[in-house]
Amino acid sequence: MTQITAEPQTSGHASGHGHADDHHSGEHAKYPFLAHHFETPAQQFDSAKLGMWLFLATEVLFFGALFVAYAVLRSRFPEVFSYASHYLDTVMGGVNTCVLIVSSLTMALAVYFAQRGKKFALVLCLWLTMGGAVGFLVIKYFEYTHKIHENLVWGPSFYVPPHSPEGEVEASVLAKAPAPAVNPVPAPTDPSATGLVSLAARPPADASAIKPAQSGPKGLGVWSAPTAAAAAAMEPQDPIPAEAPSDHLADPELPPNTHLFFAIYYAMTGLHGIHVVVGMIVIGMLIFRATRGDFGPNYYTPVDLVGLYWHIVDLVWIFLFPLFYLIH
Amino acid sequence: MSTVTAPRPHVVDHVDVPDNYLTHSRGFLSWILTLDHKRIGVMYMGAVLASFFVGGVFALLLRTELLTPGRTIVSADTYNQFFTLHGAIMVFLVIIPSIPAALGNFVLPIMLGAKDVAFPRLNLFSFWLWLAGAGFTLYSLAAGGFDTGWTFYTPYSTTTTTGGVIPVLTGVFILGFSSIFTGLNFIVTVHKLRPPGMTWFRMPLFLWALYSTAIIQVLATPVLAITLCLLIVERLLNIGIFNPSMGGDPVLYQHFFWFYSHPAVYIMIVPAMGIISELIAVHAHRTIFGYRFIAFSSIAIAMFSFIVWGHHMFVSGQSGLMNTIFSLISFSVAIPSAVKTFNWTMTLYKGTISLTAPMMYALAFLFLFTIGGLTGIHLATLNTDVHLHDTYFVVAHFHYVMMGSALIAMIGGLHHWWPKMTGKMYDEKLAIAGCIIIFVGFNLTFFTQFMLGSQGMPRRYYDYQPEFQIYHVISTIGSYVMGIGFLTTAVCFVQSLRSGAPAPANPWGGRSLEWQCASPPPHDNFKNTPRVGNPYDFSMLQWNPTTKGYDVDPVREAAAFAVEARNEQARGHA
Repeated sequence: MTQITAEPQTSGHASGHGHADDHHSGEHAKYPFLAHHFETPAQQFDSAKLGMWLFLATEVLFFGALFVAYAVLRSRFPEVFSYASHYLDTVMGGVNTCVLIVSSLTMALAVYFAQRGKKFALVLCLWLTMGGAVGFLVIKYFEYTHKIHENLVWGPSFYVPPHSPEGEVEASVLAKAPAPAVNPVPAPTDPSATGLVSLAARPPADASAIKPAQSGPKGLGVWSAPTAAAAAAMEPQDPIPAEAPSDHLADPELPPNTHLFFAIYYAMTGLHGIHVVVGMIVIGMLIFRATRGDFGPNYYTPVDLVGLYWHIVDLVWIFLFPLFYLIH
Repeated sequence: MSTVTAPRPHVVDHVDVPDNYLTHSRGFLSWILTLDHKRIGVMYMGAVLASFFVGGVFALLLRTELLTPGRTIVSADTYNQFFTLHGAIMVFLVIIPSIPAALGNFVLPIMLGAKDVAFPRLNLFSFWLWLAGAGFTLYSLAAGGFDTGWTFYTPYSTTTTTGGVIPVLTGVFILGFSSIFTGLNFIVTVHKLRPPGMTWFRMPLFLWALYSTAIIQVLATPVLAITLCLLIVERLLNIGIFNPSMGGDPVLYQHFFWFYSHPAVYIMIVPAMGIISELIAVHAHRTIFGYRFIAFSSIAIAMFSFIVWGHHMFVSGQSGLMNTIFSLISFSVAIPSAVKTFNWTMTLYKGTISLTAPMMYALAFLFLFTIGGLTGIHLATLNTDVHLHDTYFVVAHFHYVMMGSALIAMIGGLHHWWPKMTGKMYDEKLAIAGCIIIFVGFNLTFFTQFMLGSQGMPRRYYDYQPEFQIYHVISTIGSYVMGIGFLTTAVCFVQSLRSGAPAPANPWGGRSLEWQCASPPPHDNFKNTPRVGNPYDFSMLQWNPTTKGYDVDPVREAAAFAVEARNEQARGHA
């Protein structure tokens, strides 16, 4: 093994890989889809697949942080999660789960038919997958609008627990909407004004977590006079009329911080929904290319990769469904 | 562009062909739409250096403000914006993309013997993403700036009234994806585009370092991305997940942030270590000592990087058990780092050291990284950290690592590959002068900050006690000296571009594949099949005074390959 060469044996590469039109020899002539820097279709396929798996790893971590946030919130407020989960529609969620699983099946079949060059079946399966995606989003849309209608949303616009000390503070703030200050970090000099009441009621770990911010540098200490913009940012997005509270407000069982359940619910399902929309876009592109006849036994990489992506979108939902809908 | 004039058989086969990647096609569009990794690397380098200039100006401004206690040139609020911008620009726009995206893009495929990275379009796309991210960061200035610190700690970042917070968060989110796609591209390239003969253990150590970095980029950055998303949503819609007054948890934000941002400091330092492995071996003309140890220590650092983030929260109310565990794991990062440092030193020992500018930078790195690394041990120690937390000691520590090590290595690497990238040599004396001025200025600036911090001067403060002033004055003078040093280096590079002597293919005597193609490389990297051997076996190189470069002695090369083949066979039998 004294002659070790960097170039593989395909000798047709000695000249001009730079332009697509230069591929007049060897593998490149045989496979027009083969990019200039790959030697064989297998190498190109393997590279694309590894790249896709790495991308899926980033997706797992992308959602992973939200799952961690979910775990942290749920371990801190288990009562909130078991209570608020009742407001989710298990039937709709279950139907949606089935829709997504079926669409994953049709996607897998699409890959199968692409590999075998069955164009009609491929296009049909892609359309079915697209239908699943649309169906999922339609059901999700009804779920969301129903909850928004019932005012089951995140943040201060969520209903206020009137019987808890924190609720009283929030209720008073909500009542006089543009009122002085909802300080997320209470000024150390005035503990009674805002949420510090509730902080004092919590375990000491919370209070210590706040400390560094309280004793921030001079230039940062502008808490006593938040400007109009800050007050506006803290204002409820969709405030409930104080005189007509919804039924949920009257519930004596209502635990404080229930809004956090809906915050993480909308964050996670919303991000998942965005992924479904992206999936619809790429499946649409696949439908276009498949109808044009781009795919066959030699070349089905895009179908395969989109399939992988669609499965992970499905998989994320498989975790979301029990974690939100089935915990009571 | 210039080409090499004298024929040097066996190294470059097409010396008379003027076509290279710079002249292959012309016009603005041929650059901005290029799929050539070399051009993308050069564009990254230009963009990163421009950002470095901007970040540096902010650094000088804030050092000037700190000359005297109280107001010197700007108000406290403006000062807050200065240090925030300095940090955010230097971290997200400069250091993180500097080595992987700029130098790595240029060097990685050539070193590997590949024609390009695995996904050239994705590569270009990630550069565009970088531009978009930089655009948002600039726009945040127009939108009112931001004063959150580069860490965007909640709840301040969700309530501050400066208007540029959401634009900069968006910008950093986009920059994160730029970094992810670069890393993804590099991992696939190293796995799938290694030509026959290029085994894992024939890869130059810079490739090992870039590979390790890419793993961190791909696995850590998504967490930052989702964290910034949550922060944007928190600020826009007030969802309260990080807001303590709504039952949320600001420390959760810190965990998320450091789960990315601690690995991110290894995104900065690991490729820098890879550069140093190249610089020291090539410019000491001696086989790298402990190749496999250096290679695996890069991987080890990448692994450790994910399990030490908690040491940023020793005083954030983390439990004592967690603190102890994180402290212990943080200590253990010292092991792979020291493995590298000792191996570099051993490579220098009895080497034939050429005191070129790259070697000067490598020596500066060794010195500065040792200080930066060992002061990290101070900070990983629980009880000293409680004293030193959020003081200038921390500032000095991470500047020794991020700037004194990562950026110094980047500039050293830029000198090293400059002849390859541009086809021009630079003025060695001027470059060395620049290096020495930077080195002196750096130590003046930041060593004093160790003293400041250990005496209790908190970081990020606008005002300070009069007894600290002498240190602040020395530090500020040092920063000016450093500025002069960087100007000198810039002059050196501009001079080289205007009137530098044509570069030979192998000006330093390197053996990795990039030194076997012309300077600058042709569009598709290799016209002639390069031979892949041990990248650190310099025995067959000899100085050619007419080209001022190194040639391969065919007889000695054949002997070296024969020896290597025999060793391989012996290893196979054993």
